[in-house]
Amino acid sequence: MRIRTLLFATYRDMAGVGELDLDLPDGATAADLVARLKARDGLEALPAEPALAVNQVYAPLSTGLSDGDEVALLPPVAGG
Amino acid sequence: MSDRARITRDPIDPAAVLARVGADEDGAAVLFVGVVRNHNEGEDVDGLTYEAYDAMATTVLDEIAGEAAERLGTPRIVVVHRVGELGVGEVSVAIAASSPHRPESFDATRYVIEEIKKRLPVWKKEHTVEGRSEWVDGTTPPAVT
Repeated sequence: MRIRTLLFATYRDMAGVGELDLDLPDGATAADLVARLKARDGLEALPAEPALAVNQVYAPLSTGLSDGDEVALLPPVAGG
Repeated sequence: MSDRARITRDPIDPAAVLARVGADEDGAAVLFVGVVRNHNEGEDVDGLTYEAYDAMATTVLDEIAGEAAERLGTPRIVVVHRVGELGVGEVSVAIAASSPHRPESFDATRYVIEEIKKRLPVWKKEHTVEGRSEWVDGTTPPAVT
């Protein structure tokens, strides 16, 4: 499945990039995606359980992913 | 989607935001303005860079405005959040509400800013006068199951 992954703020700085396309096996969850990311250069320090959104809605790590989903990893928010 | 909640890159005119609420039956209107200040945790700050997950932030901001409207008992609530490079004194967010009586307008505007702080997917990087830039520590959004 192709998953578009977005990284923001501190996570983007760690990765050096704000957008990645990942190829994950059918049945993968958001937790699997995070584990895959943590194996990449620069992202070892990514939290094991970051806040995330799937298709622009906050979602738990257990969320099953589908081809074409957009997953965003969200550092603790600081708006306002 | 209604235009009661907006993310913008343009300077915010708080008076214009306030002018969007109000009605003949409303005896109270409240305007909250968030402004970039010149200090944070002992550091002298020059400015902030705000970044948003744009599409999601617009949706979440509208949800927050909708929840505030429920509390308010009227739809007369507007919120605008700016992103990009902001200097000291510039407005980062403006929230206006009106209602027949004042408690609801105070409550609704407060609710919106507190929820923004808890769950709007926006981040800010502060620039110190000494030339350092660092992401400001944020709040972990509420867990979802």
